[in-house]
Amino acid sequence: MESTQPVIDVRGAVKRYGEGDASIFALAGVDLQINAGEYVAIMGPSGSGKSTLMNIIGALDIMTKGKYFLDGIEINSMDESALAVVRGRKIGFIFQSFNLIARTTAVANVELPMAYQGIKKDERRKRALKALEVVGLADRVNHEPTELSGGQQQRVAVARALATRPALLLADEPTGALDSKSTADLLDLFDQINAAGRTVVVITHEDDVAARAKRVVRMRDGTIISDTLNKGRVA
Amino acid sequence: MNILEIVRFALRGLTTNKLRTTLTTLGIAIGVASVIILIAVGNGSSKQIQASIDKLGTNTITINSTRGGFGRRAAAAGTSSKPLTVSDAVALSSPVNAPDIKQAAPITSASGTCTVGTSSTTPGTFYGTWPSWFEASNTTIQKGSYFTNDDVVQGRHVAIIGATTASDLFGTDNPIGQTMRCSGIPFTIIGLSSVKGTTGFSDGDSLVVAPLTAVQRSLTGYNNLSSIVVEAKSAKVQDLAQTEINTIMDAQHRIKNVNKRDYRTLNQASLLATSNSNSSVFTVLLGVVAAISLLVGGIGITNIMLVTVIERTREIGIRKAIGAPKAAILSQFLIEATILSLVGGGIGVIMGYIGSHFKIIGIQPIIVPSSVFLAFGVSVLIGLFFGGYPASRAASLRPIEALRYE
Ligand SMILES: Nc1ncnc2c1ncn2[C@@H]1O[C@H](COP(=O)(O)OP(=O)(O)O)[C@@H](O)[C@H]1O
Ligand SMILES: [Mg+2]
Repeated sequence: MESTQPVIDVRGAVKRYGEGDASIFALAGVDLQINAGEYVAIMGPSGSGKSTLMNIIGALDIMTKGKYFLDGIEINSMDESALAVVRGRKIGFIFQSFNLIARTTAVANVELPMAYQGIKKDERRKRALKALEVVGLADRVNHEPTELSGGQQQRVAVARALATRPALLLADEPTGALDSKSTADLLDLFDQINAAGRTVVVITHEDDVAARAKRVVRMRDGTIISDTLNKGRVA
Repeated sequence: MNILEIVRFALRGLTTNKLRTTLTTLGIAIGVASVIILIAVGNGSSKQIQASIDKLGTNTITINSTRGGFGRRAAAAGTSSKPLTVSDAVALSSPVNAPDIKQAAPITSASGTCTVGTSSTTPGTFYGTWPSWFEASNTTIQKGSYFTNDDVVQGRHVAIIGATTASDLFGTDNPIGQTMRCSGIPFTIIGLSSVKGTTGFSDGDSLVVAPLTAVQRSLTGYNNLSSIVVEAKSAKVQDLAQTEINTIMDAQHRIKNVNKRDYRTLNQASLLATSNSNSSVFTVLLGVVAAISLLVGGIGITNIMLVTVIERTREIGIRKAIGAPKAAILSQFLIEATILSLVGGGIGVIMGYIGSHFKIIGIQPIIVPSSVFLAFGVSVLIGLFFGGYPASRAASLRPIEALRYE
C-alpha cells in the first residue's frame, strides 16, 4: 500500500535499567514502523514498556541498543541543537504527568515552545489563545497550574503540544485525568488532527480510546505482542 | 529565539520565585556589606592610631637609658654604663654639634599621689623637665602659663597639670594659683594643659609637669634622668638628627662599640611604622573575618540554589522536552544568576556605605575602595558559579533524566 519511508522506524530497541543482576529490560527488542498520517494506539499492562518506548520515539530518551530513524534520520547522529529542533517543531509531546512549568500562566506555558522557535510575541500569543480555546480553556488562560484541576492542566498540556502544529503528536495516557466528556472532546480533537494529515500516537489502557485509533499495538514485558489494524476505523 | 526573549525569561524566573530571589539577594548583600564594613573598621582604627601618634609630635626622638633595664642589652652594657645626665641634654642642644636638632629636654619621671585637701589623684605622667619639653612633645597650655628657664634655675615648685588631674583635684574649680601636694611636696599650679585625649590605655591628660630641678631635688634625686626628648628641626632631617644624637651620645658616654650602647633611641617614625604594621595586622584579621562572612553568605546562596535545584532541574527538563536549545537554557539561568548577584552585590555596597557612617566599637569606619570591588567581585562570582553550575549540569541531561530528577 505504501512506498513512502516510515516517519517512525524503530529497530531492535532495547532499554535496560540498572546493572548486572538487578537490571531489568523495559524494552526487550522492539521493532515498530509508523507511517505518516497514521493514528496508532499503544496498549498494554502497566510496566510493559509503553512510556519507555514513547519517550524514545519523542527523542526524550535514548536506547541501550537498537536504532531509531525519525523521518529517515538516525537519532543518534543528531547533535543537541538538531534534537532541540526535532523536539520543538516536529513533535508535540503530551505527558502523562502534564509537565507544566510551575507558577506560570496557562497561556505562557502554551507559548513557551513557540518562543523557543523564535515565533514573534503577537503571533504566538494568538496561536496560544486559539489552542486554549480549542481545548475549552478560553476562560482559564491566565490561571497558573496550581489553580487548575488535573483535567484542565492536561488540556493546557494538549494545547501546548498542538499550538506548534507538529507533524507528530505523541500522547502518553492523555485521558487518564479526564472525565468522560473531556475524554470525548479530546478524542474528537485527535480525530481532527489526524484527519488533517498528522501522525498521532496515543498510549492508553482504555478500550474506547483505542477504538478511535486506526491501528492498535499491544505490548507486554517490553515486547510487542500484537499489531493490528482497527477494522472499523480504517476506511 | 533572541537574547531579549531570554532576558525576559530570566526576569520572569526571578519574579515568579520571589522568596528564593529575596533570600539569595539578601545573602549576597549581607556578605558584601559585612566585608566592606569590617575592612572599613580596620582601616578606620589604623587611621585613628596614626592620628593620635601625630598628636604626640612627629619630629621627636626619645632617648632612654638601658642601664638597669632588662634584657641582653642591659647586661652587655654592664657596670661601665652611665646614666643619662643633664650634660647629655646640654650637649645635644649645641647648635654646632647638632645643627639639625631644635632642642632637647631632659626628663625625670616621678611617681606618687597628689592631694588637695581630701581630693587626691595619681598622675599617669609626672615629669620634671625643661620648658623646651612642651614644644618637643606638642603640649600646649589652655589656661595660665608655662614655667620658664628661670623657674628651672631657681628650682621653683610650680607645675602645669592636665585636665584629668585638674578635675580629680579641683572638680570644676579653677586650679590656677592653687597649691597641691605631690608625695608631700607642695607645687603651685600655674597652668592647665590642652586636652590630649586618650592613646590606647593611657590618659594623656592625667599629667603633672614641673621644673626639672624642683622634682630632682625633692623627689627623684640628681642622678636619675629617665629620658631625654629631642626635637628635630623638621621631619625631613629626622635621620640627620638621629645620627647627631648617636655621635654626641657615644662621645658623652665613651661608647667604643656601637653594639654596646647604654642608651636607646626611639623616634616617632619608627613608632608610626610599628603601629601601622600593628593596625595592618588588625585589618588583615578583620579581612579574614569578612572573607569568612562572605563565604558563609556564599554557602547560604548555594543552599538556596541547591534546595531549588530539584524544581529547577525538572523545569529545565520540561523546557528541553518542548524544544529549548541548551544555549537558551544556559543563558537564561546565567542571566538570572547575574541579575541576582549584581542586585545583591549592589544592595550590599549601599548597605556597606550606609553602615560605615556609624561608629562601631568606638571606631569611625573609613571605606577602602578596593574592598568594595573585592567584595562585589567575589559575590558576583559566587552567584554566577552557584547559579550557573547546577543549571549547566541540568541542561546537559537528557530531558527524561531531568524530568525524573529527585
Ligand atoms: N528510570 C527508571 N529506572 C528504573 N526502571 C524504570 C525506569 N523507568 C521505567 N522503569 C521500569 O521499566 C519498565 C517499563 O516502564 P514504563 O515504560 O514506564 O511502563 P508503562 O508505561 O508501560 O507502564 C517498568 O518495569 C519500570 O519499572
Ligand atoms: Mg506509562
